Amino acid sequence: MSTATDTRSRRQDQLWQALSVGDEDAATRTLFGALEEGMDAENVLLGLIAPVQRRVGEEWAANRLTVAQEHAATAINDRALSALSHHHRTRTAPVRGRVLVACVDGEWHGLPARILAEVLKLRGWKVDYLGAQTPTPHLIAHVHQRGPQLVALSSSIPTRLPTAHATITAVQATGTPVLVGGAAFGVQGRYARLLGADAWAPDAGAAAERLEQGPLPRPAPARQPIDDLPHLADQEYTMVARTHLSLVRTVMDDLQDRFPAMRSYTPDQSARTAEDVEHIVQFLATALYTGDPDLFTDFLTWTAHVLTARDVPAHSLVPALDILTEQLKDFPRALHILTRATDHLSRTRPDHAAADDARNHA
Amino acid sequence: MTSRSQDTALHADAPAYAAWTSVPHPVLIADRSGTVAYANAHGTALFSGIRAGAALADTVPTWLAEAHDRRIANSPEAAGKPVGGTVSGQVAGRSFEAHPTVLDERSTVWWLVEDTDLRLAREALRTERERTAFLAEASNALLSSLNLKRCMDVTARLAAQYLADAALVVAPAAGRRLPVVLCAQGGEPHEFFWDVRPEEVPGLAEALQGFPPVPSRWIDPASAPGWLIPDGFGTVGSIVVTPLPGQGVPGGALILLRRTGQEAFSESEEVFARLFAARAGAAMSAARLYAEQFSLAQTLMQELLPPVLHQIAGVEFAGGYRAAQDHERIGGDFYDVHPGAIAGQASFAVLGDVSGKGLEAAVLTGKIRNTLQALLPMAADHQRMINLLNSALLTSHHTRFATLVMVSAVREANLVRLRVTSAGHPPALIVRTDGTVEENASRGALVGALPVAQATTVEETLAPGEFCVLFTDGITEGRGGPLGDEMFGETRLRRALARCAGMPAEAVVEHVQMLAAQWVGTQAHDDMAVMVVAAPRSHHLSAVDGHTRGRFTA
Repeated sequence: MSTATDTRSRRQDQLWQALSVGDEDAATRTLFGALEEGMDAENVLLGLIAPVQRRVGEEWAANRLTVAQEHAATAINDRALSALSHHHRTRTAPVRGRVLVACVDGEWHGLPARILAEVLKLRGWKVDYLGAQTPTPHLIAHVHQRGPQLVALSSSIPTRLPTAHATITAVQATGTPVLVGGAAFGVQGRYARLLGADAWAPDAGAAAERLEQGPLPRPAPARQPIDDLPHLADQEYTMVARTHLSLVRTVMDDLQDRFPAMRSYTPDQSARTAEDVEHIVQFLATALYTGDPDLFTDFLTWTAHVLTARDVPAHSLVPALDILTEQLKDFPRALHILTRATDHLSRTRPDHAAADDARNHA
Repeated sequence: MTSRSQDTALHADAPAYAAWTSVPHPVLIADRSGTVAYANAHGTALFSGIRAGAALADTVPTWLAEAHDRRIANSPEAAGKPVGGTVSGQVAGRSFEAHPTVLDERSTVWWLVEDTDLRLAREALRTERERTAFLAEASNALLSSLNLKRCMDVTARLAAQYLADAALVVAPAAGRRLPVVLCAQGGEPHEFFWDVRPEEVPGLAEALQGFPPVPSRWIDPASAPGWLIPDGFGTVGSIVVTPLPGQGVPGGALILLRRTGQEAFSESEEVFARLFAARAGAAMSAARLYAEQFSLAQTLMQELLPPVLHQIAGVEFAGGYRAAQDHERIGGDFYDVHPGAIAGQASFAVLGDVSGKGLEAAVLTGKIRNTLQALLPMAADHQRMINLLNSALLTSHHTRFATLVMVSAVREANLVRLRVTSAGHPPALIVRTDGTVEENASRGALVGALPVAQATTVEETLAPGEFCVLFTDGITEGRGGPLGDEMFGETRLRRALARCAGMPAEAVVEHVQMLAAQWVGTQAHDDMAVMVVAAPRSHHLSAVDGHTRGRFTA
């Protein structure tokens, strides 16, 4: 048992090395080497490719990889997976039903869905993999054309949840159940239930297990998206989503008034600040959509970590929240969300300030 | 008159009951021992054999006799007052409410009020409500799918749930094998095929042809062919074949089966089954038409879809495309790569942009791609290809024009040599291993607008890990960003490419596509195409030193 674990962690390190220097051949050799050592293909997918890909994301968040490097590492992992898939294509005959695997529109992280597609193929399902960034109309046309018994949807970014909701409902309206997975759907899949998905799985292995337990129940007919989220009736989401560009502009202008130093930012620095503000507004809108203030607080906590890793003081987020609070004073739910997040950031501020001080002294 | 004489006959010795003869409902009086004391004329007409002194239990239905016993068991109430304990039940096919009142301490009067019409009306209302709800559910379920198999599943499941013990849905087929979906009550639908002669079942062949119009047909279970009866179904009591009316195309047939012991289909059920069949037939024919149109569109579009690129003769090619309209997969941008005809000859790659977007622009991209493919034998001379393409476009009925960039790429040792020609197109960008981004100097006029389209060809050399990027203005002119109104712009593209140095061609394409898509967000954008031509990295050397150019240039 321990030798199997050793093999796996040794191969994980090897794969990580190959990805971090962009060596596709070495990545592919690592996967096939693991196969030759007796690791089964599903284990290579779930125990090798998936955890190393998670590490890629973690390394990016810790500022040890740039976006482009993250992308290169992911692309190489993806290509190594293709080689593995090609190798196995002829070995497993599809004996089970048809499953459609896709990412929510606007979701670029295609690898988790790809891994699920490969695991399901290995287990004998007929799989249609539509890839990252699947426009919902394509997905629905595909469902009508092929009539899969299930659609598996992947999303890693919470801001795609409103789109995911529309997609889930549209698929269910065709009488096809939807299984969702990915970090976007929250701890224990809480947003999966909220958005009316028929099932949620924490990872590709669990999704495959769930499918083997038997078919998912048919979704109820004539369900309307608003039935899941009655709080949308207050139109706060609609207003914030519609005016998000002008909100970002207002926050940027006001920030410059409050911090004249911002005026001397390089175009790159300004662009990054604008991107941060855009994310804040997008996550605020998503929290309004789901009706869950924690979604916004969690995002800010995570952003604070990422900023700290990039030597940007985390409490710099607070002024942006203050400006949004002024702008959205007529929106009670938005105010509640912003207040909670501001309180949380202020409470955690001493830690970060201490960390900053420590860095400055070092 | 007869009833009057019976009334007298029964109660000649009971003048005390005379007043009851005028009550316009059946009335019974019984004592505490359950013996009948009196029945008026309506009562004797209703309960044959009733007479004073008879046991109630012998002359009235059980539900009434038991109600009387229950009353006796837990009375005594004050005389003359109506009391609770109204019961209802049927007598000889009619239904009554029986209201008890206390006459004196010995006797109870049962007033029987007929509610047969009300009950029938209620039952009819309930049936109609159920049917309406069923038809609404059926319509919802059927309208939501454009997949034929799923429509058949839904039809079979609903029919087995509401109309029969088992339902078979048969789709028309071109060949001999008929697709069938069978669903037993409470079960799940499953599909199989019949290799049979439908003529053996009266009405089935006509239903499958959709002509001539036929009504639902009753089949004698005894004469039905064995293949019609599902395995393990039991003894069939009744079978109905109902055509599923399609809209100009045959819709198929619905076959309903009930076991013996179940009621046969009533006339109103048959009418109802027809209403259901009309909806199912419409949905199934719509699904068939959709599938036909879809496969037609697929076939026509196949030629217009951007090709999947890969490595050719030691040169890496990768491409990505996003149409302006999210629901379309084709548009006015295009790219193509053709391998050289013989080993050692350059591969020919082209990326271009036709004025306009959507299907019409896509049709012209198809024409340009075909023309260029025909001109491949002269790929060594880009200017000549452009001239011929220009005259072909000028003489066509299209008023559109195009810009494009051509690249001939050939591997020499571990280098890739390129000849690049831009015809009115944004210049190709060359990304070196150190992240320097250079602009290819080729310039030229767009094609399809003027009698002459002049362009220059400029050569480039790619070391391992270096690549050449071709893109359309949909990438650089996409408006968006955090503030919503800024162009993505070439500067941003170049900066992004500088960070891509050394990445595999596919990863570069995906990275550029992702940045451009995230930039425009949900805003409207033009077609976006990007292609990368790369010299593969040589890893055993890069492991020694990945950053020194010239070391691998043998």
